[in-house]
Amino acid sequence: MSRNFQVVNKSVRKIDALALALGKPMYAGDKVPPGALHIKFLWSPHAHAVIKSIDIRAAEQLPGVRCVLYHGNVPRIPHTTAGQGYPEPSPYDTFMFDTKVRFVGDRVAAVAADTPEIAAAAVAAIQVEYEVLSAVLSIDDAMKDGAPVIHDEPDAFAKIPVQYEPGKNLAAFVGMDVGNLDEGLAGADVVVDESYYAHYAQHCPIEPHVAFGYMDPEGRLVIVTSTQVPFHVRRIVAQCIEMPIRQIRVIKPRIGGGFGVKQEVLMEDVVAMMTVRTQKPCLLTFTREEEFVSSRTRHPIRTRIRLGAKKDGTFTAYGMDCLSNTGAYGSHALTVVCNCGSKMLPLYRAKNIHFTGTAVYTNLPVGGAYRGYGATQSSFAVESAMDELAEKLGVDPLALRQQNHIVSGETSPVFRALGEGKAGVEQSIGSCELAKCITLGAKEIGWKKRGDWRKKTGRMRRGIGMACLMQGSSIPEIDMGAASIKMNEDGSFNLLMGATDLGTGSDTVLAQIGAEALGCDVSKIIVYSSDTDMTPFDVGAYASSTTYLSGAAVKNCAEKVVKQILAVAGQMLGRKPSELAHGDSVVRAKDGSGQVTYSEIALHSLYNAEQHQIGAMSSHITHKSPPPFSAHFVEVEIDTETGALKLLKYVAAVDCGTAINPKLAEGQTEGGVMNGISYALTEEYLFSATGRMTNASFQDYKLFSMRDKPEIKTILVPSYEKTGPYGAKSVSEICINGALPAIANAIYNAVGVRLREGPFTAEKIWRGLRAMGAKA
Amino acid sequence: MSKIIRTWTVNGESRTAEFPPMRRLLDVLRENLGLKGTKEGCGEGECGACSVLLNGEPVTSCLIAAGQVPDGAELLTVEGLEQTEGGRLLQKLYVEKGAAQCGFCIPGMLIASYAYLRNGARDPAETALRDAHAGNICRCTGYAKIVEAVQAAAEQWPAKEVNRNQ
Repeated sequence: MSRNFQVVNKSVRKIDALALALGKPMYAGDKVPPGALHIKFLWSPHAHAVIKSIDIRAAEQLPGVRCVLYHGNVPRIPHTTAGQGYPEPSPYDTFMFDTKVRFVGDRVAAVAADTPEIAAAAVAAIQVEYEVLSAVLSIDDAMKDGAPVIHDEPDAFAKIPVQYEPGKNLAAFVGMDVGNLDEGLAGADVVVDESYYAHYAQHCPIEPHVAFGYMDPEGRLVIVTSTQVPFHVRRIVAQCIEMPIRQIRVIKPRIGGGFGVKQEVLMEDVVAMMTVRTQKPCLLTFTREEEFVSSRTRHPIRTRIRLGAKKDGTFTAYGMDCLSNTGAYGSHALTVVCNCGSKMLPLYRAKNIHFTGTAVYTNLPVGGAYRGYGATQSSFAVESAMDELAEKLGVDPLALRQQNHIVSGETSPVFRALGEGKAGVEQSIGSCELAKCITLGAKEIGWKKRGDWRKKTGRMRRGIGMACLMQGSSIPEIDMGAASIKMNEDGSFNLLMGATDLGTGSDTVLAQIGAEALGCDVSKIIVYSSDTDMTPFDVGAYASSTTYLSGAAVKNCAEKVVKQILAVAGQMLGRKPSELAHGDSVVRAKDGSGQVTYSEIALHSLYNAEQHQIGAMSSHITHKSPPPFSAHFVEVEIDTETGALKLLKYVAAVDCGTAINPKLAEGQTEGGVMNGISYALTEEYLFSATGRMTNASFQDYKLFSMRDKPEIKTILVPSYEKTGPYGAKSVSEICINGALPAIANAIYNAVGVRLREGPFTAEKIWRGLRAMGAKA
Repeated sequence: MSKIIRTWTVNGESRTAEFPPMRRLLDVLRENLGLKGTKEGCGEGECGACSVLLNGEPVTSCLIAAGQVPDGAELLTVEGLEQTEGGRLLQKLYVEKGAAQCGFCIPGMLIASYAYLRNGARDPAETALRDAHAGNICRCTGYAKIVEAVQAAAEQWPAKEVNRNQ
C-alpha cells in the first residue's frame, strides 16, 4: 500500500550516527564527574544461604572507604527490579539488601571508595558467616513436596491480584481455556504432544550496566544511567530510598545496547543510596562477569505443545503449557510466561485452545525482559511442533502453516483472555502480510528444492527449515508515551520525548514521524530524550512499543503544533487556516496568493504580534497491539561424521507495517536474527553442581562474530496498519524468535535428527545421528 | 606508591601521562588523557571495544599495562581517525550504510577496519575482511551493514593510506 510520504518510509541517516562514529563522549561512563567514588558489590558465593552475621568494621576502616551498605543499615522495602508500569505485575520479592541470599551472585553488601582498588579490597575485608541451605537448581525440583522455600520472608507480596504462592516456590501462574482441549485431541486424526526447552542466555549488550549519581547544588539527587526505563527508575528508586520523586532526576544518555536487560532497575537503588549517604558522586559499572551472573537473563522455559489435527490439516486442538524458571527473583515472571501464549497462540486457528503458564523460583540467575519476551521461547516449541505435525500428516510444513495461520479481519479469543497480569484487550487483525512473507521467503531460500531427509546421502547433507512468527506492538491500554514540541526562530523544532533510544534508532524514527507531520526536513528536528526533569513521561523502550506508541504521541503532538502554525500564518496572510497548506517548512495560500516560511511564522509569534510560544504536548495510549508478522527460512549443511553445522543462508521476511526507516528496520532484523542464530547454535549457561555459572566470560560464552555471519537476506514486506503512525507496527523483537525453530527444522530436514533443546551444538547433532544409527 | 610517567604520540600529539604501575592502557587513555571514545566491553580482550592502534598494530587496550608501552610509542584512537583521510572515509561510510546502532562497539570496529584497509587488504571473498574484524563483537547489527561499509571503503581507499611496510 503506497502512500505519498515526504520523510517517513525513507532511509534518512541515523541522527546520532556521526557523533558515535567520531567517538564522542555520549554514554554514561563517558560523563562521570571527577572524583566520583567507585562502588563494588560483595556477591553471594552460595546458591541459597542465610546470612548469620556480617562484620563490616574492617572494610569501613580501610583508608579511602566512604560507605558500606548491607541489610543492617538500609531500609527494608519490598519491591521489584522489573521496570514495568505501576502497579507492576512482578512480585515485590526483592530488597536492597536482605538477610538471605538466593543465588550465586546475589547481593550481600556494597562498598563505595575513592578508587576501584580500595573498593575491591574493602569488599574482600567484609566478614560474612553463612548458614548454607539446600538449593533448588532445576525447574523440576522447585515445586516438589519438601523443596526448600526460596522466598520464605513474610513481607514479599504481589502488588496486583495474581496467583502468587511463594511458599510453593510459585512466582506466577496464569491459565486459560477456550473449548475443551481433551475433546479436541480426542477428535483429532493426528496428535503431536512434545516438550521443548529454550535455555538460559544473556543479552550481552557491549556496554555493561553503568550508572552514576550526584547531588545537584540544590540538594536534589541526579542519576545518569544506561536504562531503557528512566521514569520507572525514578519511581522505583524513590520507593527504595524513601525519597520523594520530586527530589530525583534521572537522565538517560546514549545507551550501549540493552535488548531488555536495561529494562531492569538493577543498580540505581544502590547508586542512589550511596550518593545520598556520601553526598559525593558515585559510579557503579558492572564487569562482564557481573553482567552474566548478577544481572538478568532470558527465562529458560520448557513448553509442552499439544496439537491435534484432522487429516485435512484443520486444527482441532492447540494446547500450550509453559514452565518457566524465573530464577531467584520474580522479575517479569508472570508477563514473560503470559507472552508465550499471547503471542504464539493467536497465530493459528483452533477450536479448542488451552494455555497454562507457570513460573517457579529456583536458586539460579534471575530472568528478566529479553527481546522476544517469552515469544522466543514459545515460538521454538510451536514452530517445531508444527513441523512434527506436518510430518505425521504427510504434508508440506509450509502448506500446513498457510492453511491455518491468522489473516486480516480475523480475531482470536486469546487476545481478550491473556493480558499482562490482567485480562487482555480484544482485537481483530488489521494489517497482515504473513502470507506474502511466506511466499517471498520460500522463493528466496529455494523451498521447492527441499527434499525428504530419508532420501539424502553422502557425508555432507543440506536441509531447509522455516518458522512463522508473531509479536505485538506495545501493551494496549497499559503503556503510555508522550512527547512535546516547541518551535524556534529558525523554523526548527525541539522534540522532547520520554521514549528511550537504546541504540535502535528510535530518536531518528520519531524525528521522521515528527518531521512528516510538521512538514519539514528531519534536520529541523532537535531531539532530546530522555530526562525525567525535561521530557514528558514515557513507559520506556520495551514491549515493541516505541515506534507504534511513542510515534503516535509524536504525530499527535506535531499535528497540534501544525494547527498553531496555520493559525499564525493565517493572521500573517489574512487567510483562514482552511485556505492554507503546509510543507517544506513553508505555509502557502492554496490559491497561490502568498506564503510565509516557518522561520517567519516563528519570529512573528515570538516577537511581533500576539506573542506566544508555538508548541504542544501529547500523550498516547493504544487500544490494540497490532502484531508484526514474519516468516524465517534457513538452509544448513551438516557434517554427518562430526555433527558440525554450517549455516548457509538465512532469510527473514517481515511485515512491520510501514517501515518508517527501512535501513534501520533492516538493521533491527539483521541484528535480531544474528542474536537468535548465536543463541540457537552456541550461547548457553553452564553451571557447577552448586549452581555457580562456570562460563561467565566472552571466552567461554561464545557470541557470533563477523567471521560466523551467514548470508542474511532481509525482505521488508509492507503493509499499512491503520492504527499506527503512518501505518507502522513494531519490528525490533520479532526478528530474534525465528532462529531456534527454523534451524531445528532445518537440522531435521537435513539428517532426521529432531532437537528439542538448544543450543544445537555439533555434539548434540552427532549424538542424535548416533542414536538413529543405533536404532537402524 | 610510585607512579610511572610516559610520553607518547597520541593521535599525532605528544602527550604525557602519570599513572600507578598496574593501570591499563585503556584507563590511561580514558581517564588520564580524557579520550573517552575507546570503550570497555569485557576487560578480557574478547570484545574488541577497546581496540586502538599501537605503533600501527591493532591491540586490545584493556589487556596492556600502560607502563609496558614505552616512551615514544605511537597510539591512534578513534578520536584520531578524523585526522586521516582513510579514517574520515570510514566514518562517513559507517554513517551512510547504517553500521552504527547503539554505537558502543563502533570505535573499536573502526580501528579494526582502518588497520585492515591500511594494510592494503582487498578481499572480494570477504574472508580476510571478516577475519580482520573477528575480534570485535557487535550485538546490534548482525554485522551486515558494517561489512557493507568496509567493502565500500575498500573501493574508495586512498592510495597514500596504504602501509608500505607490509
